Amino acid sequence: MSNYHNSEIPNDDHDDLELDGSLGYFADRARAIERLLIDKGICTAQEIQLQIDERESRSPADGAKVVAHAWIDSEFKNLLLKEADVALSQLGYELPDTTPQLAVVENTSDVHYMVVCTLCSCYPRMLLGRPPDWYKSLEYRSRAVVDPRGVMREFGLNLPSTTEVRVVDSTADLRYLVLPRRPAGSENLSEIELARLVTRDSMIGVTEALSPEILSLA
Amino acid sequence: MVDDELVGVRFSLTNVVKVRSGSPSNHFRTPSYIQDKTGVIIAHRGNFLNPESLAHGGDGLPRQPLYTVEFIQSEVWPEYLGESHDRILVDVYQHWLETV
Repeated sequence: MSNYHNSEIPNDDHDDLELDGSLGYFADRARAIERLLIDKGICTAQEIQLQIDERESRSPADGAKVVAHAWIDSEFKNLLLKEADVALSQLGYELPDTTPQLAVVENTSDVHYMVVCTLCSCYPRMLLGRPPDWYKSLEYRSRAVVDPRGVMREFGLNLPSTTEVRVVDSTADLRYLVLPRRPAGSENLSEIELARLVTRDSMIGVTEALSPEILSLA
Repeated sequence: MVDDELVGVRFSLTNVVKVRSGSPSNHFRTPSYIQDKTGVIIAHRGNFLNPESLAHGGDGLPRQPLYTVEFIQSEVWPEYLGESHDRILVDVYQHWLETV
């Protein structure tokens, strides 16, 4: 265990559950802050729980639904790329008016976007849920900017040299969702079938969407 | 908004800008790898509360214009292994930018 005697704040390298059954330093701290927010009347316990439930309910299936709809409706796609919050409200996703805001970038045969947050782990949670562990890792955060093509190769994506790679480092008040290319051979698929081709990683931009053959949809 | 007027949006699309250098002892959100680098403004994302003030209990005012700045990868990383047309896009608050 980390050395609690020398520092009030332990390193974040221990398991979530301590040996004595408590949730650990950071969980205790979060609870203390929560208690203060409630005691001071800044928000209610119910409001906090609603926010947690809202966040926990989101998963890559939400992003996939949005992408599939953009693939079949070009008007929606154009709006999504220009004013993501307005487009999303058409699908029933009401993003809070506060930051962070969402921006959507489109992958084509000419330009390929890939998203990273080098400073921490900013991620479009409103449409993808929690980020995968690798997205938060120091290795991804440092290598994504220095060698994006190498990182993508490790995910199985070998982009032609003619494609311009654009790494987006989401350092500030915007979160980025990648709109992957619609795969070849998906012309006759329904919107629900299309959504099954849209993976979390393709919406981060480290891979492309799945080929319909993989799901035997072709 | 009044606080927007206080700062004023200094840059517009296609402006060439240089990122200031420095490591303030407080919180800041300008990665070191683009400091001192030159890029092009490709979007004005709006005016946001200043995170350097917010992180330390301040009110974040005046708001800072936030721009997406595009850099050429091979200029950011001299050893860059990819293609010469590859780019990196970083969102930078106005007070970190200067005209070239």
